[in-house]
Amino acid sequence: MLAVNFLLLGAVLFCIGVYGVIARRNAVLVLMSIELILNAVNLNLIAFALIKGTVDGQVFALYVVAIAAAEVGVGLAMVLMIYRNRRSIALDELSEMKG
Amino acid sequence: MIAQAASDSINVAQNVGFGIIAALMIFAALSVVTTRNVVHAALWLVLVLAGVAAQYILAAAEFVAASQVLVYIGAVMVLFLFGIMLTRAQIGHEKGLNNPTWALGIPVAIVLLGLLAWVIIDAFEDDVLPDRGPTPTVALSDQFLSIYLIPFLALSFVLLAAAIGAIVLARKDR
Amino acid sequence: MMLAADAAQLSSGWFLENAWLIALIPAIGFGLIIAFGKKMPMKGSEIGLLSMAASTVLASGAAVQWIQRTDSADKGGEEAVGLIQAFGRSVPTVSEGGEVEPFIEPVVSTWVWWQNSGLEFGIGSSVDGLAILLLWLVAFISLLVQVFSLDYVRGDRRYTHFFAALTLFSAGMLVMVMAENMVQLILGWEIMGLCSFMLIGHWWEEYPNARAALKAFFTVRVGDVGLLVGTAIIFFGANQWAVDNLDSNGFNIAAIQAWALSGEGSHILLLMGAIALFIACIGKSGQFPLHTWLPDAMAGPTPVSSLLHSSTMVVAGVFLVARIYPVFWQGFNIDNGGLSFIAVIGGITIVIAALLAFVQDDIKKVLAYSTVSQLGYMMLGLGTGAWLPAVFHIFTHAFFKCCLFLCAGSISHSASHHSFDMKKDMGGLRKKMPFTFAAWIVSTLALAGIFPFAGFWSKDEIIDNVGNNGYDFLLIVGFGGAALTAMYMTRATYLTFFGEPRGAAAGLHDHDDFDDTHAEEHEMELLTVGAPEGPTAEEAAADAPRSLSAATNTDHHDDHHDDHHDDHHDDHHAEPHESGPLLLIPILVLAFLATISGFANATPLGEEWESIKKYVEPRPVEVPIEDYLAQGAGESLQLVMPTATGDALTADDGAKVCGFETPAAGTVCFFPAVTHAVPKLSKILAATATVVIAFAVAIAFNVAYYGRRNKHLVGLTERSRTLRGGYLFLKNKYYLDALYENVIVRWVAHPIAKAAYWMNQKIIDATVDGVGKSTRRTGQWVYDNIDQKVVDGAVNGSGFVASETGHGLQPVQSGKVSQYGALLFGAAAVGAIVLVIVNVS
Repeated sequence: MLAVNFLLLGAVLFCIGVYGVIARRNAVLVLMSIELILNAVNLNLIAFALIKGTVDGQVFALYVVAIAAAEVGVGLAMVLMIYRNRRSIALDELSEMKG
Repeated sequence: MIAQAASDSINVAQNVGFGIIAALMIFAALSVVTTRNVVHAALWLVLVLAGVAAQYILAAAEFVAASQVLVYIGAVMVLFLFGIMLTRAQIGHEKGLNNPTWALGIPVAIVLLGLLAWVIIDAFEDDVLPDRGPTPTVALSDQFLSIYLIPFLALSFVLLAAAIGAIVLARKDR
Repeated sequence: MMLAADAAQLSSGWFLENAWLIALIPAIGFGLIIAFGKKMPMKGSEIGLLSMAASTVLASGAAVQWIQRTDSADKGGEEAVGLIQAFGRSVPTVSEGGEVEPFIEPVVSTWVWWQNSGLEFGIGSSVDGLAILLLWLVAFISLLVQVFSLDYVRGDRRYTHFFAALTLFSAGMLVMVMAENMVQLILGWEIMGLCSFMLIGHWWEEYPNARAALKAFFTVRVGDVGLLVGTAIIFFGANQWAVDNLDSNGFNIAAIQAWALSGEGSHILLLMGAIALFIACIGKSGQFPLHTWLPDAMAGPTPVSSLLHSSTMVVAGVFLVARIYPVFWQGFNIDNGGLSFIAVIGGITIVIAALLAFVQDDIKKVLAYSTVSQLGYMMLGLGTGAWLPAVFHIFTHAFFKCCLFLCAGSISHSASHHSFDMKKDMGGLRKKMPFTFAAWIVSTLALAGIFPFAGFWSKDEIIDNVGNNGYDFLLIVGFGGAALTAMYMTRATYLTFFGEPRGAAAGLHDHDDFDDTHAEEHEMELLTVGAPEGPTAEEAAADAPRSLSAATNTDHHDDHHDDHHDDHHDDHHAEPHESGPLLLIPILVLAFLATISGFANATPLGEEWESIKKYVEPRPVEVPIEDYLAQGAGESLQLVMPTATGDALTADDGAKVCGFETPAAGTVCFFPAVTHAVPKLSKILAATATVVIAFAVAIAFNVAYYGRRNKHLVGLTERSRTLRGGYLFLKNKYYLDALYENVIVRWVAHPIAKAAYWMNQKIIDATVDGVGKSTRRTGQWVYDNIDQKVVDGAVNGSGFVASETGHGLQPVQSGKVSQYGALLFGAAAVGAIVLVIVNVS
């Protein structure tokens, strides 16, 4: 199996995730796209672990998994709160940060 | 590559498996970011995550694969489905899931992909992934509890903080 | 009589090996006070007192054992020389013109605190002479200050928390002082920063106090960035060397010292590290650009000012420089007599702060600026290679400055109704408070450096060494600073203890302030007027018969101080009186020490008087690495003999290796061979210094005495209506936004007021008066221009630039997350493409 294949798969997933983050309006869908990005990174970490012959990459992949779980938990709680306050989770309506 | 092929011959079955799963994953990922149905998007995401887990097994990372299935497919996806239901998204087609400026994402993603592909191909041209046996979980746990102990402890704090934070944010009586 | 076999052993002892208890006991005490303090009969203060007393006892024991250890090394050293010679190693003997100075190994006991990626961080104690000196000093001063606080903050809202924070602060300082590695040092350093914040803001209900606390915290934090960056730089520089040679790591302080002197570190790295670390010291020790927090920190209770902001916490920066002195020595080329960053900053600080002390009316602010100035002396000493006098000055300065602050506290407690305003609420107190007055005079003489008080031996020694090391200009700066010190202290003494009693000191209750805040408010009003005339007018009026003074004060302040009356305080503040024994005992003990502590290192009296030099200064000798390593595992009983290369001579005569040349292969140095001024020269210079100071005192006294009696001054307020109008106008505008206020004060009111003032001075025209007043004007100018304009201007300017940039980029901030995402990833992609192209081509 070529290393390039594995890494390219990660790259493709990453770019699809980036597209999702930019294009989606629904907050839950944006969170899903972020999950895609994180998984793409994890694929790369695992591939590098395999190339280097150490388990460090796998350790980091597990860290990413744990952090992602925390991120989704907090992210969805925020989405719920936004929904409760505004009856909508469309991100382009949330522009209080406009300078 | 020919020189390496003697030691690390390319496993045809592995390659074919990888190709099929990869194609499925890319299709599923594209569906996640393009479908007009939020629940369908979540289900497509399950497929991507399962595919990632399968790739981990191909890359001899069984423990990570198991964690992927447990954490992502087991826990995170349930969270997502709850999130979708609690925000009362329509089960079915929905308008306005995309931004008006959604097209902006296409050039950005394509430029990024081109860049990444170029760098990856430039750096790893013909390298073959070595064929290693499954990683013993003991090796992982040794790492976690010795040299990566501090990050491990820090991570447990992060999870605790996230749990408390999520509860504080989501509770109703404020 | 020691056996030959034991001759090569350094004595150690329980106290030295368990020095970590000195810091641990107050730390536990803090926990106990927080947990149980409110239920205790004395509200937790007894726990604080007991823990500090225990620490003091332990530190005293450790100090005694350290002296024994040094003595045993010096005795054993001579015998060991004979022993080694018997085995055929050639060691320079005394007869060959060299005196063997054995290296005194610090007593280290550490535990692994945590480890990561093979890097172990220890926590524990590493005790050498410098650590012992400061351990004892901090524990002892903390004890006295806590005794003082018993009475001073009695009945306070947060009595228990006050003692808890005070105890935790002491623990933090002790942890830092005994640190074996930089991580522990940072830990202690940050604990102090936190406690400082809590204690300055002790009365946080008053807005200025909360603001002062924030200001202190953030200003010091700015410096702390330097500490972290510097530690990281030094770590990356030293780590590999330390692992290879000393079986240690780049956080270990001994390893850092050895690395810096090994000649194998890159000079650029040392320079960057030294600059970054010194920025931290600038913040912590209130040196020139970041000194502004220290006077504001006087918003805290007086014991806090006394302990934290005069004698212990602010010397943390000086301590850091002294502790890892080799880094600064090499980084700033002090060995070549280079004009170092440290010396320049120290010199600037001495003068700037001393001038600022002239325009302060708050007695604590005078002392605060004086502290800044004295810290400048310490930095000046360190920056010019005078390590020993600088460290000695930490020691003596702690006693007399702590004493002065406690005197100020005693005055405000018993005589001036919690006001610190010298011009409004003090004066003529020398008969009412004889003990406080005596202690104040002793400490003032010590601070000014009059023979035979403490400051004479330490400050003049710094000045002497600065001159001896060839820094002629800085020598003049040092003398000038000494003269200014004598002058502003004379002014403060005159205003406080002589003349007619004014305001609260005269028994008037028209602005009975509950706490320091209001004193600060007076201060601010006076400073806002800006022109030196405002206070002078005030002062003149106050000097008039007492009824007039009362009337003047009343119509100024009643309008906004009525609401601050705190009636239950009036009952025991009827008349100014001497303070009770709980306040007086610490003051008198400190005054006694301010008198005699100078003899701990009375260089001009001859070598046998130089105990600090003998017991505190590390020996600049080359230590064989294998001997050094052999004493690991906490045993450290082996005497390390200097190598047999003949270079292990005293620093002052013979070849200097450590800090000047690369140490011989297989040996390391831990301290550079600093030079010491020859005592003969210092006698002359010290005599000169005394004359200069005495002259300065005379001038200042004349100005204060005759100048204030001058009849022309009395009617000043009537004649300068412009000024009066400006004063009221500005007072009313004070609460407008800061920028407006600053513009008006600087560009409109100041020139007018200054011109009027100058005219008046011309009419009065007394020569002596002119000298004093011009000093005063310079002080005001420095305050207005350097302090307010340059420093504040830089802050405002950076804010302005940031705001303008923000406006320019406003359209980008659409508030839409998706656009942010597109920008983020797009920018990342572009950046990566640039990087790839650069790397490929």
